[in-house]
Amino acid sequence: MNILKPADAPILGAPAPAIAFIILFLSVAFFCYVMFRRLDVLRKAAPDPRFSDIPTRLLRALMYGFGQWRQPRYLGAGILHILLFAGFMILSLRSLTLIGRGFSPTFHIPFLTGSVGFAYESLKDYTVIVVLIVCLIAIVRRAVFHPKRYDHPGTAGHEYEAYVILGLVSALMITDMIHDGSAYRASGVCGEYHWFPAAAFASVFMPSNDPATLNFLHVGGYWAHILFFFGLLNYLPISKHFHVITAIPNVFFSNLNKGTIKPVKYGAVDWMELDQCGVSDLTGFTWKHILDFYSCADCGRCSDNCPANTVGRALSPKMISVKARDYAYEHFPIFDKNSKDPAHEKRLVGDIITEQEIWACTTCGACEAECPILIEYIDKIVDMRRYLTDRGEVPQSLQKPLQQIKKRGNAYGAMKSKRAAWTKDLEEFQVHTLAEGEHSDLLFFVDSCGSFDPRIQEITKSFARIMARNKLDFAILGQEENDSGNEVRRLGEEGLFEQVSGRNIEAFKARNFEEIVAFDPHAFNAIKNDYPEPFKVIHSSQLIYRLLSHGVMSLNGEYLGDRMVTYHDPCYLGRHNGIYEEPRRALKSIPGIRYQEMDRSFSRSFCCSGGGLLLWYENEEEKERMGERRVKMAMEIGAQVIVTACPFCLINIEDAIKTTGNEGKIEVIDLVELIDRSTS
Amino acid sequence: MNIIVCMKWTPDTSEADLTVSAAAKDIKKDDLDFDMNDWDRFAIEEAAQIKEKVGGKVTVVSLAPEESEDMLRECLARGADEAFQIWSDQMEGGDGYATASVLSQFIKGRPHDLILTGTLAEDDGAGQLGGMLAAMLDIPSATLVSRIEIKGQKASFVRELEGGLYESMEMDLPCLIAVATGLNEPRFVSIRAVRKVTSIEIPNVGIDEIGIDAGKVGQSGARVEIEQVSLPPEGEGAEIIKGKPEEAAARLAEILKEKGAIG
Repeated sequence: MNILKPADAPILGAPAPAIAFIILFLSVAFFCYVMFRRLDVLRKAAPDPRFSDIPTRLLRALMYGFGQWRQPRYLGAGILHILLFAGFMILSLRSLTLIGRGFSPTFHIPFLTGSVGFAYESLKDYTVIVVLIVCLIAIVRRAVFHPKRYDHPGTAGHEYEAYVILGLVSALMITDMIHDGSAYRASGVCGEYHWFPAAAFASVFMPSNDPATLNFLHVGGYWAHILFFFGLLNYLPISKHFHVITAIPNVFFSNLNKGTIKPVKYGAVDWMELDQCGVSDLTGFTWKHILDFYSCADCGRCSDNCPANTVGRALSPKMISVKARDYAYEHFPIFDKNSKDPAHEKRLVGDIITEQEIWACTTCGACEAECPILIEYIDKIVDMRRYLTDRGEVPQSLQKPLQQIKKRGNAYGAMKSKRAAWTKDLEEFQVHTLAEGEHSDLLFFVDSCGSFDPRIQEITKSFARIMARNKLDFAILGQEENDSGNEVRRLGEEGLFEQVSGRNIEAFKARNFEEIVAFDPHAFNAIKNDYPEPFKVIHSSQLIYRLLSHGVMSLNGEYLGDRMVTYHDPCYLGRHNGIYEEPRRALKSIPGIRYQEMDRSFSRSFCCSGGGLLLWYENEEEKERMGERRVKMAMEIGAQVIVTACPFCLINIEDAIKTTGNEGKIEVIDLVELIDRSTS
Repeated sequence: MNIIVCMKWTPDTSEADLTVSAAAKDIKKDDLDFDMNDWDRFAIEEAAQIKEKVGGKVTVVSLAPEESEDMLRECLARGADEAFQIWSDQMEGGDGYATASVLSQFIKGRPHDLILTGTLAEDDGAGQLGGMLAAMLDIPSATLVSRIEIKGQKASFVRELEGGLYESMEMDLPCLIAVATGLNEPRFVSIRAVRKVTSIEIPNVGIDEIGIDAGKVGQSGARVEIEQVSLPPEGEGAEIIKGKPEEAAARLAEILKEKGAIG
């Protein structure tokens, strides 16, 4: 039989193309209006220059957007998402074709005719089956296995959105199958089932000798498909599934300046003169940050990897996005409603996103490393901290160290004159303090911890010994050195950051050197990424690797013996600066080393609870220290030595070894110390 | 509501190697950093919070040399409306009584409903100023106050006593309250907050402007004479208890028993 085409079948006496036009017009008009309302909020937000380096941005859109690069970090869910995404891409052409078929029964996308058209039709049919199966698996996964990362603690009514979407997508697939299945049944070419498995499968349930029913299924399936399609399209920008539209632009506009913090306000001549410093409300965020909120798909990978969240602190990065998006949808609704009494309004920063959440972050960057669509969190947290700091609302435990940095240039409250006191313990050689105008190859930036913390002074001395033994020409700044300011900036005290970094920059510029070297990744990061003047700076692990690869240093395995070693990636070395290999290669050049990676390593490393000033931060919510969790991870793989390359990781993990009662069973050591002790 | 907060500029002795001056009447202060007396930090915060609640004006005053301007400016950033720095060279070497004389003379000439100070100062810890200043001004006073509420023309407050007891009291305004640390959470003062108040002038007031007799200030106005300042004698040194936790605990208990700390 010849099946009745939808375009030829009038509906309630009206010609089908007219109905198709009305549906198309109304749906697209509503969609455009909603999109306008949503994007209008971005227009009201703070400026953010995101149009630099277009090639890199395009590459990112290809890689992380179309390539779904980060999805397989969660293998099962990642594969499902990749299949679903590929399905969307393939079926988008099918959807366009079907919309056209409402107007003309022979509508085709140009080039999709003949054998190409046949191949596409076949591919589409397989895709429909795959997408339907993926949707069913996803529904079962959510409903039966309840992965914890999908929860929305503190807010209600978000979980159902996933079911709405999965239901709509399934309905699209089923109506497509009904539409094509009825035509397949009517055509009677049963031999082609392996080309059109979805249609063939659907046709099994249809009568072969009942033209009226087949025509009804064909036409009815068509219109149901069209309605579900436009329903889905319009549901996207009012739900968490906005990411279907915004994710690829979000990746395109993602942050290209890794490791640093955004200025207080882009384009401000003097931020100190602004009426407000930092972010207190939705439109105080930049337009890209609001696009982040829109784009979050609530997958929870960020919070699943957030160390603060893991140990029970109030912070969940995902919920920051969800709560801000809820706030945006409520305060900038699609249809204007009577505004509420502002006095009783909950404030976004302070009430909805609480101070506890804002201060709980260690800026480790695990969330940003995990997000499949490159949503940023650190800049937002710092912007909110800037607001709180400007109002004087800084946790008491952080005030003292900040004040000490202001007064004495270090958080320890130590006298400036004692900054180079550690050099007196070295008997074999003298450490030179570089005076203005003098030259040395390397300027060793010791930073406050290396200068004043008795435990960290051991790393300082080890590092000086390594450099002296290898006849490197190095010197220090002595009293002229100030705290690097890495954490000062990340705690939102931009003025103090400018003060300490300015003093360091002045001291650098007054002296001649080839490179700055630091063993504290926080100082390394600040000088490399935050300081407005470019200075060449390397990390101790890079210098050590350089010495080893030039063959000037030989190591022995006596100190380690046959103990099992693992390496803990410091956040500011690994995630923020991409230095993963040098420390590992240095380690592996120790003869006879037994080495094992922890599950959470490289970009998934687990923060020890933060460096710099965060050492002073007291958090009352956490049930366990992050360092303790880290020690357990190392114990689980049977490690007896944790090597790290950050003084604060060392302090936190060393403490945790004691508090978990593992003294004597496992040791933590800085790479610098290990190399010093393993030198023949 | 006119609130006057009296601030002390004290040497920061933490992390410093203290030495006694040649005449043994004081410590050597040349190499020390000076800063706001920590107790007074709570007083200025309380003043700012009272002002936020009931309105009024906060005036900060300190009897300290020129270098104390940073402290006074920080007070402005913390919420004070005006600050006065009182100093003449003759004021050197004064005690609590001399300081109270100067401050009372200064305060008498201006409206005051509430005077706030810290109960103690970190340097000499004498705790004399509040009481003497109130007596000279002929107003009631209280010390070690850990909560203040202003109700009309009265100040209702809580004092923290030994053994965790709280004493609730009330005084008529004007009065003087010497606060305890911890009665509030002092705000953080950012570099920008200080920058915002740079244009406020901090007048320097000397004995002539105050109208006080030079014989009543500084060393000549003091009623206390320090005989000698000395460092504590060097002890025999601490014992670091080594060994396993249980052994260390047993040894610690033994020592405590020996010294009579536990029965």
